[in-house]
Amino acid sequence: MAGLMPAPAPGGDLPEHPDRLWRTPEPKAAYDVVIVGGGGHGLATAYYLAKNHGITNVAVLERGWLAGGNMARNTTIIRSNYLWDESAGIYEHALKLWEGLEEELDYPILFSQRGVLNLAHSLQDVRDSVRRVHANRLNGVDAEWLDPGQVREVCPIVNISPDVRYPVHGATYQPRAGIAKHDYVAWGYARAADALGVDLIQHCEVTGLRISGGRVTGVHTTRGAIGAGRVALSAAGHTSVVAAMAGIDLPLQSHPLQALVSELLEPVHPTVVMSNAVHVYVSQAHKGELVMGAGIDTWNGYGQRGAFHIIERQMSAALELFPVFARAHVLRTWGGIVDVTPDASPIVGLSGVDGLYLNCGWGTGGFKATPGVGWCYAHTIAHGEPHPLNAPFSLERFVTGALVDEHGAAAVAH
Amino acid sequence: MMLIPCPWCGPRDESEFHYGGQAGVAYPDDPGALTDAEWARYLFFRDNPKGPFRERWSHTAGCRRWFSLVRDTVTNEIVA
Amino acid sequence: MSGAFRTARGGLVDRDRPLRFRFDGVEYEGLQGDTLASALLANGVHHVASSIRLGRPRGVFAAGVEEPNALVQIEEPFPEPMLPATTVELYDGLVARGLRGRGRLADRPDPARYDATHAHCDVLVVGAGPAGLAAAAVAASSGARVIVVDDQPRPGGSLLGAAEHLDWVASVAGGLRAAPEVRLLTRTTAFGYYDDNHVVAVERRTNHLGAQAPAHRSRERVWRIRARHVVLATGAHERSLAFADNDRPGVMLAGAAQTYLRRYGVRPGRRAVVLTTNDSAYAVARDLHAAGVEIAAVADLRDSPGAGRAPHGAELLPGWAVAGVTGADRISAVTLRRLAGGAFTGPELRLDADLLLVSGGWNPVGALYGQAGGRLAYDDGLGAFRPDGGCRQALEVAGSVAGTYTLKGCLAEGAAAGARAAEATGFRPGEPDLPETADPEVTPGVAVWTLPGDPATSLVDLQRDVTVADIARATGTGMRSAEHVKRYTTAGTAHDQGRTSGTLTSGIVAEMLGVNVGDLGTTTFRPPYAPVSFAALAGRDRGMRFDPVRVTALHAWHVAAGALFENVGQWKRPWYYPRDGEDMAAAVLRECRAAREGVAMMDASTLGKIDVRGADAAVFLDRLYTNMISTLKPGAIRYGVMCRPDGMVLDDGTVIRLAEDRFLVTTTTGNAAVILDWMEEWLQTEWPQLRVYCTSVTEQWATVALVGPESREVLASLAPGLDVSRDGFGFMTWRDTTVAGLDARVCRISFSGELAYEINVSWWDALALWEALAERGITPYGTQTMHVLRAEKGYPIIGQDTDGTVTPHDLGLGWAVSRTKADFIGKRSFTRTDTARTDRKQLVGLLPDGGELLPEGAHLVAAAEPPLTALGHVTSSYHSAALGRTFALALIEGGRDLVGRTVWATLDDGLAPVTITGAVLYDPEGARRDG
Repeated sequence: MAGLMPAPAPGGDLPEHPDRLWRTPEPKAAYDVVIVGGGGHGLATAYYLAKNHGITNVAVLERGWLAGGNMARNTTIIRSNYLWDESAGIYEHALKLWEGLEEELDYPILFSQRGVLNLAHSLQDVRDSVRRVHANRLNGVDAEWLDPGQVREVCPIVNISPDVRYPVHGATYQPRAGIAKHDYVAWGYARAADALGVDLIQHCEVTGLRISGGRVTGVHTTRGAIGAGRVALSAAGHTSVVAAMAGIDLPLQSHPLQALVSELLEPVHPTVVMSNAVHVYVSQAHKGELVMGAGIDTWNGYGQRGAFHIIERQMSAALELFPVFARAHVLRTWGGIVDVTPDASPIVGLSGVDGLYLNCGWGTGGFKATPGVGWCYAHTIAHGEPHPLNAPFSLERFVTGALVDEHGAAAVAH
Repeated sequence: MMLIPCPWCGPRDESEFHYGGQAGVAYPDDPGALTDAEWARYLFFRDNPKGPFRERWSHTAGCRRWFSLVRDTVTNEIVA
Repeated sequence: MSGAFRTARGGLVDRDRPLRFRFDGVEYEGLQGDTLASALLANGVHHVASSIRLGRPRGVFAAGVEEPNALVQIEEPFPEPMLPATTVELYDGLVARGLRGRGRLADRPDPARYDATHAHCDVLVVGAGPAGLAAAAVAASSGARVIVVDDQPRPGGSLLGAAEHLDWVASVAGGLRAAPEVRLLTRTTAFGYYDDNHVVAVERRTNHLGAQAPAHRSRERVWRIRARHVVLATGAHERSLAFADNDRPGVMLAGAAQTYLRRYGVRPGRRAVVLTTNDSAYAVARDLHAAGVEIAAVADLRDSPGAGRAPHGAELLPGWAVAGVTGADRISAVTLRRLAGGAFTGPELRLDADLLLVSGGWNPVGALYGQAGGRLAYDDGLGAFRPDGGCRQALEVAGSVAGTYTLKGCLAEGAAAGARAAEATGFRPGEPDLPETADPEVTPGVAVWTLPGDPATSLVDLQRDVTVADIARATGTGMRSAEHVKRYTTAGTAHDQGRTSGTLTSGIVAEMLGVNVGDLGTTTFRPPYAPVSFAALAGRDRGMRFDPVRVTALHAWHVAAGALFENVGQWKRPWYYPRDGEDMAAAVLRECRAAREGVAMMDASTLGKIDVRGADAAVFLDRLYTNMISTLKPGAIRYGVMCRPDGMVLDDGTVIRLAEDRFLVTTTTGNAAVILDWMEEWLQTEWPQLRVYCTSVTEQWATVALVGPESREVLASLAPGLDVSRDGFGFMTWRDTTVAGLDARVCRISFSGELAYEINVSWWDALALWEALAERGITPYGTQTMHVLRAEKGYPIIGQDTDGTVTPHDLGLGWAVSRTKADFIGKRSFTRTDTARTDRKQLVGLLPDGGELLPEGAHLVAAAEPPLTALGHVTSSYHSAALGRTFALALIEGGRDLVGRTVWATLDDGLAPVTITGAVLYDPEGARRDG
């Protein structure tokens, strides 16, 4: 068994957390900026508003517990090897921030750059993959094309036999990609934002947006009205619901996305493997559990639950790629709510209502973008206009047709 | 795995169906008369309610017929 | 002898069937009917594992699936990671070892089979304990189709642990097994409760047989059960409470000790101290005492135990609690003290004991109820969360899952629930036949979460090594939600998903935060209720069964001819046919040459074919295709392009007009189903007034492309009745005729630029046609040659030269976009600002100056010096026999205006200059298509 493990083992021990994380303040009557949604994006945005722009009179309003939505439910994969220049721009910005985030936040976020393999299972997959590698390199994103033998060197347990339904023809490899511990990232941002004076207000659901003369003036919440100079939506799967309060329609559909985790296992899987063609993405987390994502349930859903056949299908695909997983056990499955746009790229920028900003539509890509979007969204809010890296992700693109079509381009979606 | 009432075949497993999103979005009578913004609404904007949602399904693994129903997007109860 | 701690008689083990097993390297003997845990206890082995973080020794704590401590790795007959020893049925030759938190996967393929089955029933009963059996018996008596699932090898539930009313269990089970519409599934765990009463369960069919498991029998089977009504009789799990060193081997849940004694005939120790918050432990104490286990004392956290009766000789200590536990690998003594106002007071009482039996109350097993969408509410009287009764799905809860803990109550509730379930599904239930049971006096328990003592050794979640101190630290950071505390401490995230620790954690957090435990709530219940193997979920959909394999009528011929295959969608298509010693490049050059210089043939049967019929068929196709279809004459053929409403190319193919009201359209291989669905969607949802019917005929017509300058002669020889002359059979027309004696429809279509025919025959006749052609020595070619031939002519492949962001204009197919039609799908989008740009990426040809074969996917940059800004990318790239060089197709920004210019292609090791050309590189005049 030892021979199966060429790369450093995922760590068995978890780090010590700080003793102090955040206050539990009462909401003030008004803030310069109110961020709706206390997930990873909202918390990172609050942090960069305070850190980069000196705007500290900020509240993050969270309807449940901090980072309890998709931030708590994702499979923690971080990479920047997207096809289009616009996507590579913001995700690579995020990846560079990830590389310094542990120090920046002084929090052990367990960022592990163990690399990501995106497998190709058909000749067209190969063309698309090579295309992405070449695009990545021009954009300064580290990327390699690996043949099946090289895939096996990086991840010895991947089945590269030709005798499967969709054999592995090769893979793209981004060595700087990896995983981090999602909760700790959120807590790190929350703690740092709190320390800079941001009020993190939990169990405070926004029930309405106050708009007067085409300008946002505050929010109504389950804990009373809160004034705001600017309001920044960061509500992921619930964005449509919140935006509707301002009469704003968005090209978003919210879908369940399921994932699952195994028991703790001795190290077998040294990297991250994703296969878009057969809908599997899997890594072995720090404690030793296999963390896997499944395909999106096709229907709209806010229930944080999906259907069982999606899980069964995912397992079939997983065992095609990793026969040694056969007798591992699923301990837990869960679902998040992902808000998906028609081109599978986010919307980050102006809303059409003065002082109201949009950050949504991240689909399955939200976690990995967290530092990058926090940085750019904070810039957008502070300056009232988009940062160059999020400018392409405007709402306007759906009118002009200038989509950033990560769907159509057959790039990996997760 | 929802049990979806096909009007022609009766209740069947969700996996037999293809989802078609919001129901009642008609193809515009005269697309050429629409502004780009209006056309974009037709192309890309669909309701996304949390709660009852009138949506389309097609029984692709059965009778292949399209139909609409109202489902609660929180509980998945089919309410009409 | 199967262990020093085995009783002389009793229990549900077969004393005539000893089993040998090895644990942590030591050989032991157990009995048929044992679990690994009971067999170890029978041999006096308590310390079976170590804890993950603190490395503390751990013993058997429970007797069922809720076990948090005794995690083992199966090594033989086949490695399986992390199972609770309490759920491993003992078999001969079992080899296992205790774990410290992490299991090990096998490094060889699992030889076992797994499968799945669907089942439908009127009433599904989950749990075959007293409530479940009563429910099942009543429901079955109504004639309803009933399925009963239970995770144990035999029905009985808690009655097995108590070893009482087993005759009633046998009688009910016998009745259920005999009933034609009833299925009783044992060793089957219902682990998921999804929408609309879709309950999934896993049946363990051969695990208990060890190496004797028959190879043909599936090891595990997933049952996908759709039930009209469900009765949840999932029981309750006993819980512990947090006190110092409460994790030492020898500390055991009281109910588990009774199970070991009465079900397995094992005394879990010699001398026990009992710590309880409720009545249930008293019967345990009396049972153990009767079996020869000395009960040193019963410490009851209640000041007045009421009905509690300690066994003879045991001291009853109301208001007392455990102040300390002595012994690391196995306890040797327990120290008791009086508890007053939350603190110990008075003298210590130190009692020698090798067993400390704990009952901190019972938690209803509400996981499936929670998965079903139900809520669990805190019941102060029970000191536990239980189903609130408001679940929207069609279900009943009965017995201890509902918080009813007396046997009499469970039986009555079960019978009532079974009756309600039967009635709800339209059946008339009979009268239940229930055993006579006592109606014991009950004194309410108290909910106590912690005892005074070192919080750093007071374990809350045994498996995750989460202590009271850890929880205090979490709440001290500012965390206020149970979810945060769970994630901070990892409590409840282990193999047991907090079965014994969840309520305890909530209780302790609530106490620390000064809030009501009911307001704090539990964390969410998610599938699976108990761990289920990846392989079971994957079932049989592995290997070639992962996705259907579609092959043409000629597949066997291709295989025999040595073809290599390409997966195109679900189809297997011949890729190329290498002859001896040929590599792919050589084979493809040869195949291309045959097509360009002689005659060659390809199996094109995978092309999607849709019969579109009806009075409005032409109107319909005019709306779908960008070009005009309605002007096509019967007998003629036209190339057509379809777009999505956003103006991007969706598919292309030919349209054959068979009659005024009938067309046959072809689609790309991968898109056949997509296009049929597309047509149906528009017809049914937008234009139901159109009289059009669409039928897939892909697998009715086999298609052979006959290509090359000599193809006319070949066809003429095989179809003597057909006028094959240039004028008699014009390009883009079709004829029904006889080819090689077979009814055929021949189309003069060319995807290569050469004189070519597509011969369509019945799928059944395909081989006869193909062999007739093969007899003439015609060269077969595959998809790779097809790609080269079409690329030389600049014909795009949808999905290779397009990516969902490409319009017909971008492809140079503007000629196929009607200017006269008022509308067609996609038309409106062409005038959007971005879509109307004239510098969009356009399909062009490329000639590498240095003759390199460019990688498909290589990017093109304007200049060889940084900054390198991408203009586009290579979509297709080949060696061309006809051109005698390499060439490529590419999508390049404003590419058609750049013809003749040099740009640079990215290679793995630098840049290569390439010259942009038009997309048509071979026979641009089209002189060859008529032969």
